[in-house]
Amino acid sequence: MSVQNWTLCLVGLSFALYIGIAIRSRAGSTEEFYVAGGNVHPLLNGMATAADWMSAASFISMAGLISFMGRDGSVYLMGWTGGYVLLALLLAPYLRKFGKFTVPDFVGDRYYSRTARLVAVMCALFVSFTYVAGQMRGVGIVFSRFLNVGINSGVMIGMGIVFFYAVLGGMKGITYTQVAQYCVLIFAYLVPAIFISIMVTGNPIPQLGFGSILADGSGTFVLDRLDGLSEQLGFAAYTSGSKSTLDVFFITAALMVGTAGLPHVIVRFYTVPKVSAARSSAGWALFFIALLYTSAPAVAAFARTNLLTTVSNRSYASVPEWFKTWEATGLIKFNDKNGDGIIQYVGDARLNELFIDRDIMVLANPEIANLPNWVIGLVAAGGLAAALSTAAGLLLVISTSVAHDLLKKEFRPNISEKNELIAARIAAGVAVCIAGYFGINPPGFVAEVVAFAFGLAAASFFPAIVMGIFSTRMNREGAVSGMLAGLVFTASYIVYFKFIKPDLSDAEHWLWGISPEGIGTLGMLLNFFVAASVSRFTAPPPDEIRRMVESIRVPSGSGREDSVASPYSVSR
Amino acid sequence: MGNKTNLAAYWRTNLRYLGILLSIWFLASYGCGIVFVDELDTIRIGGFHLGFWFAQQGSIYIFVALIVVYVQLMNRLDRAYGVDERDES
Repeated sequence: MSVQNWTLCLVGLSFALYIGIAIRSRAGSTEEFYVAGGNVHPLLNGMATAADWMSAASFISMAGLISFMGRDGSVYLMGWTGGYVLLALLLAPYLRKFGKFTVPDFVGDRYYSRTARLVAVMCALFVSFTYVAGQMRGVGIVFSRFLNVGINSGVMIGMGIVFFYAVLGGMKGITYTQVAQYCVLIFAYLVPAIFISIMVTGNPIPQLGFGSILADGSGTFVLDRLDGLSEQLGFAAYTSGSKSTLDVFFITAALMVGTAGLPHVIVRFYTVPKVSAARSSAGWALFFIALLYTSAPAVAAFARTNLLTTVSNRSYASVPEWFKTWEATGLIKFNDKNGDGIIQYVGDARLNELFIDRDIMVLANPEIANLPNWVIGLVAAGGLAAALSTAAGLLLVISTSVAHDLLKKEFRPNISEKNELIAARIAAGVAVCIAGYFGINPPGFVAEVVAFAFGLAAASFFPAIVMGIFSTRMNREGAVSGMLAGLVFTASYIVYFKFIKPDLSDAEHWLWGISPEGIGTLGMLLNFFVAASVSRFTAPPPDEIRRMVESIRVPSGSGREDSVASPYSVSR
Repeated sequence: MGNKTNLAAYWRTNLRYLGILLSIWFLASYGCGIVFVDELDTIRIGGFHLGFWFAQQGSIYIFVALIVVYVQLMNRLDRAYGVDERDES
């Protein structure tokens, strides 16, 4: 069977599976719509969280980024996994004990303040919309490359599928489709990784093959060969870094803390039945994520080696077929500057003749390594699963924010359960359409705003939630001024360097050499500092808030008779 | 259920666990993977420079292990102080 038929077949089957699951798990109440009824098994929730978290960026772009960045790429590897330790130890169990449905719920109740709640809702909406636009774009790219449909129709098909299960099933439908999507995406990621590892090193485990000797009989290690090839062509050695230590430190911290503060990840921990389940579920989530994240750097190294050995110094007339197919999509460009018909792929920008988009490293990898056609189709289905699962999780946060946090809590407190559910479905539907619009007409700055999403989550949510749990003294004035200080500082820094003066965005002009990607860390520190100072000079929180904080620190529902102390047990 | 002093002791133990686990978390990632990466790179394990291995593999394994240990410790602590949720519906 041809690549295209395999792709059609595998993508079609996976879509049929998602729709089947969606029909079986429709949501009947707002509790089912927002938190899947609160009784998802921790292992399944771990899988769903992993799929929720790993987006088109993790599946398609990350290994490519690493293969071009070498050691500096570890900011993504550590940053996007280390946040789960913070989440498991500092947030998940306590938020689960608190109960209710959303992050703004916690911020609003803990700080007895509508302003705090509104700030939280606005941040949640902004972060989620930023993120979802990129996912829809990813769906479009996969469709256009593998199924020969335009990017726009690809986005429309993706919208249709997400619309179907997010609007119908809410969190319940999303949870069980995400479990299926995790299985599809991890299989699709590991199969080619294992194939390539065997081919390059003879070791079937990519994590080990990465540190093994090449299978070509030369007796050199993979990474040594890669360092040698890179330096020979004028690139930096693969295992050495070029970013400053301080900047790497700040970027990693911003990604970690941002991960722990992302509302679509946090909200998944409201869906498990118990506090202890929330803890173990975070462990499962990180385990499932680590399967992909420890394979990615191996894939990156293998792909880079393959690329350097197959295309460099080769005559253009004799390039393999995949080169031409990707050239047709514009993601590979060859410009024969010296007219000798040979591809010079070198570190020196003036002499380099080859442009390669990082995003194709994972998608083209099976073709570069000459893997069977079904593997290529599988990678397409996996990329779609990654993009769709994340998009659905984000759309749910958007619809919950609108129907629950804004409509019910701010404007219509007496709305009936049935009408709230209808409002949530309409909000999800509208959000799908807006996301699709951005997928078809992508704002040119999608890549830039991702720094925004993490920076803002790090500078706003994370400190507010952590202080809300670990300090009984933190009050409304402190939390609100801290969040605003963190937000304004981080947002202005990013806007200044990304949009107002992008030409000044280099280490020389940055504050202490910290790039806009890492500035969220400083915003977070500022938030902690401002909040602590302001709360010292203002009135302590009321006694019932103090009791509520004491109650969320213990797993058992000891304060059950007290409605503030344990709101969740009352609603059950 | 526990009285006030008991709960305070429960919380103090919890904070001590967090302090220890987060120190390891910090050392594995920011220490070995970022600040001391060049020093560790002089040590080789198979085909890996050690610092590079921590940055791209080791730190992630340690993260998973930390959560596993945390879950065990907390489950035991919950039982010791009688604040676990087993008898609840």
